[in-house]
Amino acid sequence: MRLQLSPEDEAFREEMRTFFTTQVPQSIRDTVANHRHLTKDQYVETQRILNAAGLAVPHWPVEWGGKDWTPLQRHIWREEMQLAAVPEPLAFNTSMIGPVLAQFGSQEQKEEFLPKTANLDIWWCQGFSEPDAGSDLASLRTTAVREGDEYIVNGQKTWTTLGQHADWIFCLVRTDPTAEKRQRGISMLLFPMDTPGVTIRPIELLDGTHEVNEVFFEDVRVPAENLVGEENSGWTIAKFLLGNERVGIARVGHTKRLLADAKEHARTIVSNGTPLSEDPGFTARIAEIENELLALELTALRVVANSSGGRPDPASSVLKLRGSELQQAATELLVDLAGPLSLASYADGGSDVPEWARAATPEYLNYRKVTIYGGSNEVQRTIIAGTILGL
Amino acid sequence: MDFTYDDEQKALREAVSGLLARAYGDSEQRRRVTAADPGFDEKTWARLAEMGLLGLPFPEESGGMGAGPVEVAIVAEEIGRVIAPEPFVEAVVLTGGLIQAEGTAAQREGLIGGLAEGSLIPAFAHAEPGTRWTPTASGVKATEDGGTWRLTGVKEPVLGGARADVLIVSAVAGGGTRLFVVRGDADGLTRTGYRTHDGGRAAKVEFANTPAEPLGDAGADQSVAIDRAQAEARIAYAHEAMGAMQTALTTTTEYLKTRKQFGVTLNKFQALTFRAADMYVSLELARSIALWGSLVIDAGGDVVTAAERVRLQISKASRHIGKDAIQLHGGIGVTAEYSVGHYTSRLTAIDHVLGDGAWALSRLAADVDSYPTVDPLGAPYA
Repeated sequence: MRLQLSPEDEAFREEMRTFFTTQVPQSIRDTVANHRHLTKDQYVETQRILNAAGLAVPHWPVEWGGKDWTPLQRHIWREEMQLAAVPEPLAFNTSMIGPVLAQFGSQEQKEEFLPKTANLDIWWCQGFSEPDAGSDLASLRTTAVREGDEYIVNGQKTWTTLGQHADWIFCLVRTDPTAEKRQRGISMLLFPMDTPGVTIRPIELLDGTHEVNEVFFEDVRVPAENLVGEENSGWTIAKFLLGNERVGIARVGHTKRLLADAKEHARTIVSNGTPLSEDPGFTARIAEIENELLALELTALRVVANSSGGRPDPASSVLKLRGSELQQAATELLVDLAGPLSLASYADGGSDVPEWARAATPEYLNYRKVTIYGGSNEVQRTIIAGTILGL
Repeated sequence: MDFTYDDEQKALREAVSGLLARAYGDSEQRRRVTAADPGFDEKTWARLAEMGLLGLPFPEESGGMGAGPVEVAIVAEEIGRVIAPEPFVEAVVLTGGLIQAEGTAAQREGLIGGLAEGSLIPAFAHAEPGTRWTPTASGVKATEDGGTWRLTGVKEPVLGGARADVLIVSAVAGGGTRLFVVRGDADGLTRTGYRTHDGGRAAKVEFANTPAEPLGDAGADQSVAIDRAQAEARIAYAHEAMGAMQTALTTTTEYLKTRKQFGVTLNKFQALTFRAADMYVSLELARSIALWGSLVIDAGGDVVTAAERVRLQISKASRHIGKDAIQLHGGIGVTAEYSVGHYTSRLTAIDHVLGDGAWALSRLAADVDSYPTVDPLGAPYA
């Protein structure tokens, strides 16, 4: 057992820290740090800078632009990116469809899609959830019927994050409605969002933003070569993809930055005659979240050290569960810190209320999502109880 | 960075676990042992000494094994796993740690040597009614007359105070806090022992002009050394609590799988399995921070604040797991015949020996504005 990073890992951490804080435009990092929503151009610009430096898809196979990093190096890469307020490479591209294509795609699909996916030349969105198939994904109803060299897709997807920016969708469809087990009749198809018959409708969220969508399919014709893997093997592919989704979902670096912000802002807010940074009740609350976060970070490091063969440790459910709760606790802290200032949520640039205080409540409301997506926390408890405790 | 045990550490764990399984594999055995004074089994203590565990953290020139904090943690965790009543953390880590840190060469050789071979059990007489978890003394005064030091006042509760062969006593001397060695048969020493709720033993210890020998060369205030020794003991206790929490959770999940109500086993009720899942989350987070605490000692980092961080997390986890283990067992959880309640009792005792979560939180909160983020792998911890 040893606490310190090896000299190589320490140098790697320094290298990442320097790159992220000097090579990604300050204006983009300020947007993230101030809790404003990024434009599509900002996402694309950042990912291309990272990709040019080999830092967009380090977890992919080396052949397709990956680095042969240790799990610890990947962890450091992600944490330093979050600490530096750098927008992470688009998860739909780099954590979801990219690894899926590298694993299950045909050679043609790999050559066609992987370079463009890494460079965000193609923006992917996820077509998984449906109005009646959220956490219970296997009950999805969107159908794909084979007709010659094409599949005809009909149905509806929902919660399609950033679908308004997307060029292509990776979509789970039911190809065999008669399969004995619901999981067996599912396939994955890829198609452009501008294919005739695809309609996208924005869903406005509680914080006034538009980040998710409903997507409707009406007799959408998809060439059969856009099937990923075998027909009816979509469930295996989806499980592989969702396993990757949970990696990095603890977002420790991000929550750390929120707490550092909270400490700084607490010096500027006077309550009962003293700054909140000197109010024992408030500092205790920060200290408590900070300690939970320390325990979470150490748990993430233990999982990283134990993960082998690319298989997620079952304890990664702990990371999702606690990581999402702490993200929420930190956003709640910022709202409470802003107090009455938080009501100026939609004031424009002429307001005297600082930007962080205006963004606080919309972000707090938006962050209710983190205990729901990626397998809700109730699903994670079910996994822990079943897989780990054998209940 | 490495969070795994090496082969020797695994072998140590196996050996300790084997010894303690023979002694306390049956929870009835612990009840019998704790029912009679001194509240632990002298034969088991002797076996721990034979294995070298009582001299584990001390250098060889003091009669020890020269092992590190991770080895101490391994032993403490195995002790906690069966809630063995032997005073490993109290005698070896806390009191022994103080003797090693502050004693003269002769004191180390005599006291640590005796501790390591199992012939001498020391106890730290520090707690006083009316104070809590401070590194200073106030109720016992030390005075010097013609080269002889004498102590007057009361210490209580002193864990293991009645059985101890030697007491290390903190006392006010010249405005500071100094440590003294008092032999169990010293004149003017009165010890009144009693049972603690977790089956242990404590005592009221009165000093009436009792002759005492300074621990180390007479001089400077020793409260910094006390703070440090308590911090290391806090981390060792965290591992003892880890072992106890692990058993409490395992016992609970086994119960949920076998106990039937309404015609089905309890694990068919999602409300119960979710509570067990939350216990597991608390346990894993606590384990990470406890391991980290031992590694901070090993790395020569800021042990005092690291121990506060460990204390806070372990306190929360202990209460959560201890209380829910009883709740999920139902009525049997609060009976003396069944083991799970004893685990909760022991966890509650550990929580209050050297500072609970609220105590740690208020110390951490006072500093929270002096740094932007906590880096567990960097300064001031590594």
